[in-house]
Amino acid sequence: MVSRVATFAIEGVEGREVTVEVDVRSGLPVFTIVGLPDAAVREARERVRAAVLNSGLEFPMRRLTANLAPADIRKAGPGFDLALAVALLGSSGQLPGVDLDEWAFCGELALEGYLRPVRGIVAMAAGARRSGRRRIVVPTENAAEAAVIEGIEVYGLHRLRDIGALLAGELGVSPAVPAVPAQVDRSYGPDLAEVRGQEDARRALELAAAGGHNLLMFGPPGSGKTMLARRLPGILPPPSLEEALEITRIHSVAGKSDGTLARRRPFRAPHHTVSASGLIGGGSTPRPGEVTLAHRGVLFCDELAEFSRPSIEALRQPLEDKRVEIVRGQQSLTFPASVMFVAASNPCPCGRSLAKCECTETDVRRYQRRLSGPLLDRLDLVCQVQPPSDAPGEGGESSEVVAARVAAAREWQTQRLSGSAAMCNADMDVRETRRHAALDPAAARRLAEAVVAGAISERGHDRVLRVARTIADLDGRDAICDEDVDEALAYRILPPSMAVAA
Amino acid sequence: MSACDACLRRSHLIAFLAARVAAVLAEPRPRPSAILGLPELEFIEAVAGGRKDAAERFIEDFDADVARNMAERAGIGELCAHDPLYPERLGDLYDPPAVLYHTGSAARLAQITELPAVTIVGARRASSAGVAMAHELGRGATTAGITVVSGLALGIDGAAHRGALDAAGAPLAVLAGGADIPYPRNHVRLYEQVRERGAVVSELPPGVRPFRWSFPARNRIMAALGRVTLVVEARDRSGSLITADFATQLNRGLAVVPGPATSPFADGCLKLLRDGAASVIRGVADLVDDVYDGEARPEGWDPSGRAYVLEQLSDFDRTVLDAVEEGQHAGAIAREHAVGAGRVRAALARLEMAGLIVPDGRGAYQPSPAR
Repeated sequence: MVSRVATFAIEGVEGREVTVEVDVRSGLPVFTIVGLPDAAVREARERVRAAVLNSGLEFPMRRLTANLAPADIRKAGPGFDLALAVALLGSSGQLPGVDLDEWAFCGELALEGYLRPVRGIVAMAAGARRSGRRRIVVPTENAAEAAVIEGIEVYGLHRLRDIGALLAGELGVSPAVPAVPAQVDRSYGPDLAEVRGQEDARRALELAAAGGHNLLMFGPPGSGKTMLARRLPGILPPPSLEEALEITRIHSVAGKSDGTLARRRPFRAPHHTVSASGLIGGGSTPRPGEVTLAHRGVLFCDELAEFSRPSIEALRQPLEDKRVEIVRGQQSLTFPASVMFVAASNPCPCGRSLAKCECTETDVRRYQRRLSGPLLDRLDLVCQVQPPSDAPGEGGESSEVVAARVAAAREWQTQRLSGSAAMCNADMDVRETRRHAALDPAAARRLAEAVVAGAISERGHDRVLRVARTIADLDGRDAICDEDVDEALAYRILPPSMAVAA
Repeated sequence: MSACDACLRRSHLIAFLAARVAAVLAEPRPRPSAILGLPELEFIEAVAGGRKDAAERFIEDFDADVARNMAERAGIGELCAHDPLYPERLGDLYDPPAVLYHTGSAARLAQITELPAVTIVGARRASSAGVAMAHELGRGATTAGITVVSGLALGIDGAAHRGALDAAGAPLAVLAGGADIPYPRNHVRLYEQVRERGAVVSELPPGVRPFRWSFPARNRIMAALGRVTLVVEARDRSGSLITADFATQLNRGLAVVPGPATSPFADGCLKLLRDGAASVIRGVADLVDDVYDGEARPEGWDPSGRAYVLEQLSDFDRTVLDAVEEGQHAGAIAREHAVGAGRVRAALARLEMAGLIVPDGRGAYQPSPAR
């Protein structure tokens, strides 16, 4: 007799349905698993056997064949244990009268028959709902996390012993509900009000948030670049439900979920020693990298010039395409990677202010060349962060005040860009930029002058337009005036060859 | 300071027979041949055709005082070739205008035309880069004490005039119709500004509308007035090339702003370069060099026009400049003056575009080393 049970494998950050079939027939007592299992899945034989027996259930002493279909995708990890056990119980007649088609099962088994939590449960639950299952059984610890997916009943199971009662509806448990976020209070996290001075960087941060622009901050070590960047998620609009689910799912796959629906945008600040695959994801069973963990949030690279060349190069494509594509042997995976990219750097190797800098021009050039290349093309704004000694006592506006302005500016963009793939000014393609960033005559003349003066390239031209659009949006104006263009010009990033070294 | 009766009559005769001149001058690219330089009777013979009798009657009945009154009512003065204030440079033409009609006083016109002049011409349908370049050259030449001569047309001409006006200069516009008629209509305001601060001249009496042939005719006057004729942008077969031709014939300097070989905007300019007829202008300094051609430049002139640039700054931009020169950064300036950091950034960009400060490659600015 064969029974069939649905479970889910994690592919990238998506749950992909895997059907577990178990065939029980007479013969020598062997338990074989086929269908590209990795070591952890093959070892499931021992865990399932022990768990079934320790749960007081029968482990048939017959020839057992388990198949994980589709047979061409690689199955990894211990998450198939529960489904294997259920299929085995079903095919050996221990789950009479249960329609297994309505259910999906995910979970790791302990030898004593308890269930252990697994990674990526949100993606699995989402996959189960998509494939039309009505109920999913998950380890109790994962239940609240899985329950953030609506439209499917999630049942937490503590031990395998209870599976029959649960499926028969005799256990008396109700579907799990999502956990209430631990702290509902300040949804903003660190607040801009705590930042003293830094007027220039604050303005740039606000513009970056309002238009979704990538930002480069120059400043000596310890001047507060990280502190400022950390406050960026707090002035961004809170994630929409859809975005929150994406964030939660990714964090669940990475095993970083706290079991609640994400209320804040993620902030990731990988150390500069991070490897390329750590940044964009990878591994033999590809796991999401920092850029994916920062999806819908902020990826902050402090000391950008210290990052290895391959790491910086690897970031290029995700920043361009807003997703990471990883090809491993026969399989190709896509991770979402829509981030606001914020980089910070010392201006020169010594990191001192211009007046005290002792670096030679060659040193500075060499140092800044490490920032150069295609990555700079993705940065719309540059600003300066001053050492705290230069900042006076009082703090500035709070994140809440700034966030309100940002939200209003985003609202304009949403209306303007409805029907477009772009979600904010920074996403606008060339055509949209020309269409939506119409300049008044004075502004157009200013920009033309800048082109003539060689201050901006053709590419830089559009970037200035997008930033000017955001400046006008923040000011609640439809027309872009010359003052907006001026300001946008002043934030432009100079390729090192154009910069005058000290 | 006026025009003698005979010269006035001649210029009115041309106006009277303007439609005939149009018929005689070959289409589709009418060029004023020697026709305009002919003595009156020969001129009538050459162009009048069926209107010969009328033309002869016109000469007999012509009353110079009526013509003078008419011009006066239009606010237009007249100078004939016999007047000492008549621009000397027009004498190089073999068909100089019999009378030069002008706005403002003759003395003012003389002041303007006595200065070394550059004639800036180019496409009406110019690129924005070309317009900005013409503006900058018009401005820069003016700061160097050079009169900017142009035709008030759309595109390059207008931009050159505007540049000169922006530098508080006195540009000279040469029109194809009467000097009292703003042409083209879109440039009414510009016409008024040039008229008020510089001068507008024409060889046709007031009230006469421009004819197709009068544009190339006007071009010869522009070419004669400038020491150098500068073509900023010209397509193949552009009218600006006619002006360039005249400049060469008159032994005046010819210069062009080059453009990429792939650009249709630059086609005409590159052709002039290829013919070896023109020198290359990269910016204001080149232009000033060409116009002064080895002569000493006016004392105290700096090609950057820093004094002038500083004068143009708003008080706030000036404050920001002072602060940058003291080594202050954008944030501190915003704090000190209690303005948004965005406004400081905007001021910084303006100062950078004016060449007063340069980006330091660290997200901030420093005073420009050149100044």
